[in-house]
Amino acid sequence: MNALKKLLGGNTRQFGMIFALVALIIFFQVATGGNTLTPGNVINLFNGNSYILILAIGMVLVIIAGHIDLSVGSVAAFVGVSVALMMRDWDIPWYLGILLGLLLGVLIGAWQGFWTAYVGIPAFIVTLAGMLIFRGANQYVGKSNTIPVPTEFQKIGSGYLPEIGPSTGYNNLTVLLGLLGVAFVIFSEIRSRRNAKALGAEVPEAWVSITKLVLVCGAILYATYLFATGRPGTSFPIPGLILAALVIIYGFISSKTVIGRHIYAVGGNRHAAELSGVQSKKVNFLVMMNMSVLAGLAGMIFVGRSTASGPFDGVGWELDAIAAVFIGGAAVTGGVGTVIGSIVGGLVMAVLNNGLQLLGVGADLTQIIKGLVLLIAVAFDVYNKTQGKKSIIGLMFKNFGRSSELKADETTSTKEVISEGA
Amino acid sequence: MTSLNTHSDPIILEMRSITKEFPGVKALAEVNLRVKAGEIHAICGENGAGKSTLMKVLSGVYPYGSYDGDIVYQSEVQQFKDIRASEHAGIVIIHQELALIPELSIMENIFLGNEPTKRGVIDWAEARTRSTELLARVGLREDPETPIKEIGVGKQQLVEIAKALNKSVKLLILDEPTAALNESDSQHLLDLMLGLKGRGITSIIISHKLNEIEQIADSITIIRDGKSIETLDVKADGVDEDRIIKGMVGRTLESRFPDHEPTIGEVFFEVKNWNVGHPQIQDRMVCKNSNFFVRRGEIVGFAGLMGAGRTELARSVFGRSYGRFLSGQIYMNGKEVDLKNVKQAIDAGLGYVTEDRKSLGLNLLDDIKATTVSANLKKVSKHNVIDANKVFTVAEQYRKSLRTKAPSVEEGVAKLSGGNQQKVVLAKWMFTDPELLILDEPTRGIDVGAKYEIYGIIQQLANQGKGVIVISSELPELLGLSDRIYTIFEGAITGVLNKDEASQENLMKLMTSARKTA
Repeated sequence: MNALKKLLGGNTRQFGMIFALVALIIFFQVATGGNTLTPGNVINLFNGNSYILILAIGMVLVIIAGHIDLSVGSVAAFVGVSVALMMRDWDIPWYLGILLGLLLGVLIGAWQGFWTAYVGIPAFIVTLAGMLIFRGANQYVGKSNTIPVPTEFQKIGSGYLPEIGPSTGYNNLTVLLGLLGVAFVIFSEIRSRRNAKALGAEVPEAWVSITKLVLVCGAILYATYLFATGRPGTSFPIPGLILAALVIIYGFISSKTVIGRHIYAVGGNRHAAELSGVQSKKVNFLVMMNMSVLAGLAGMIFVGRSTASGPFDGVGWELDAIAAVFIGGAAVTGGVGTVIGSIVGGLVMAVLNNGLQLLGVGADLTQIIKGLVLLIAVAFDVYNKTQGKKSIIGLMFKNFGRSSELKADETTSTKEVISEGA
Repeated sequence: MTSLNTHSDPIILEMRSITKEFPGVKALAEVNLRVKAGEIHAICGENGAGKSTLMKVLSGVYPYGSYDGDIVYQSEVQQFKDIRASEHAGIVIIHQELALIPELSIMENIFLGNEPTKRGVIDWAEARTRSTELLARVGLREDPETPIKEIGVGKQQLVEIAKALNKSVKLLILDEPTAALNESDSQHLLDLMLGLKGRGITSIIISHKLNEIEQIADSITIIRDGKSIETLDVKADGVDEDRIIKGMVGRTLESRFPDHEPTIGEVFFEVKNWNVGHPQIQDRMVCKNSNFFVRRGEIVGFAGLMGAGRTELARSVFGRSYGRFLSGQIYMNGKEVDLKNVKQAIDAGLGYVTEDRKSLGLNLLDDIKATTVSANLKKVSKHNVIDANKVFTVAEQYRKSLRTKAPSVEEGVAKLSGGNQQKVVLAKWMFTDPELLILDEPTRGIDVGAKYEIYGIIQQLANQGKGVIVISSELPELLGLSDRIYTIFEGAITGVLNKDEASQENLMKLMTSARKTA
């Protein structure tokens, strides 16, 4: 058990989710008689869920900051239809369409961020209104019609890495990408060990690092193999590439930058953050705005994949994204959550969906099962928290409410300190 | 014990050697209290002396079995298991923070949890008649259907009393009833208490306003450090304010402070004509024309009772993080500065260690290293990217120099003891390298040993030429630590005393009256 803990690092919750994901994949692989881990199915799974996963990236930041965004499906649909119309009616090239789509996302985000951060209306209300407003706007400007988009634009939703270089029987670019991934994982593990050693912090034992590397690299290489050996013309999908880039960028922002720290600080304890000089309104504004930009991007990818924009694009997406974030370990009260966790949470939902579909389970039962999985995952989280977070002392003090001035110091022994000080 | 006047008055309540322990702290040690039927009995003591704990024992907030000793009420030993049980017996406590629901009407609040019903349906006609009667008894002329949020605190207090009367109260306990009231509302409340006394209702009042106690109380029990010191009969013993203060503070100063020889420089921080309004209540002031200054290397104390406006003053100066700023100037090193928000205050060289660590000072989800750098991320980042190595090094440095007890800087702050949490908060502010550090109740909830260390850290900061303001409810702490002490009463600075001229008695006097000295 101890060894397992070492291998997984401190965050058992997140690794528990990864473990569940792997178990789920193995289960469906066996249950479907090997139909889950085929190139075709895996590519399909990525293509069909990338936009939800992109939403989950934005959503986890919103939820960490202590808010929620119910409007993402409608915003995605509105941006999608607007871009489709602009490309059709103004005859602008696809890249300008994407740029304008992102810009529209910025404007919508500024609108929602303004009400949430500066007027102080709870995000739940602001985005509930946004959900209605932008759904209506989608149907109004699109006149509830389907609007096709040009083939170049469709690439962002359904394109693949091209075939270049010598014919190896694999898709060369996909293989290259996989190898780069492996190199990066090995390099960062070595670097983190070197850093820990230089700082005198605890360095994990060698076997822990090696086992971890073997497992992670094995998974990457296997995925590479699957993506690189699909039927001719397919390989690693473009939306997957966009997703991977976003995961890296947002993973970095959330864990390594000042603004990232501020998001966690505002969600964890807004008052403490403000008294430490964090401008919480600005943080809230940016987080809400960012969500709408990513929603716009997700909408465009979806339109690209389905070759046309329609009046019912993005219905229910917000719920899928929110579910992914909570399965991925975020807390409803804010301050907790990770980008990677949310992606894993989203993949759990995606694999579940896909596997049940392959098994021929109906949409009705699939929904019930997904609902139960969400409930159980969060219940597990809550249970873990009541187990882990509150010490026995904490429980003893639980009944004493506000009499905080009477709490004694348990661990600092008086004698010890005074003798040390003298 | 001074003479306990026991002529024919029967004793309605006797608390016999009440002892209440929290893990590690004896909040009450063998406290005795005898209250005669039909009198107004005051309980006096410093903040944290154990007054409120005693009342919580009496009213069943701390149930029977969680304390030692006996409560004899109306000649019977009582075993209250919760507040309902004590209310059933006719003991009603009115807390400092009123327990009224702002959105509901006066009438609905009076009958909350006690609604008159007719066949299971609330009988509003009956409720209305009865609440009109009750309001007349407490002298409140308001429509019973007025929402609570539309009447002032003084009137709300009266609604609380009406609610108590509705429960056919025999023993009414008021915890700091006039703390939030203005003069005329306070007077009305005191008159009402005398009126209730005339109708045979016994009251226990906890108050810091000694002039009020002198005015209405028949007996006074003084509690100090969790022990009952004496019971005074106001008329027979000729008690006045000075006599009460002597009882409240009468203890010797132990040497609980590291030796410190201050080197005090020139004035570098000055606040002039500072006026701040209450954040919600329009015409209430939390800082009234306050003036103070701090010199380099000086530890300045802010003394005042809870709710006097010490925290409000400090936080309004710290980037207007409390209240509505009305007027006033801040000068730093001779130049006027305008600190509109916390960020500007921090950049100008101010730091503020909050009073309530858990709700205002810490993100309990963070670990030590993240907390240590949280007020100065600029210093550990380059182009807004945080250097994790630097964070670790900085946190580790402070962990060692402040001797924070934790397995590593990756430990969550929620798992630390109060003293170690406070050290992490101090590290966070020391890392911002402030010129002036304001510490609000820096040793609350911390045991003696850790206190000693925190005092040492504060003195070190002063030795480095920084200015330090310490806000504390513990007078011995202020006397032991400060070079100069300002006293604050009802939002105004009422005096300033140098270390050598300050004593608990004269501080307490300045803290409880609006008399302007200095």
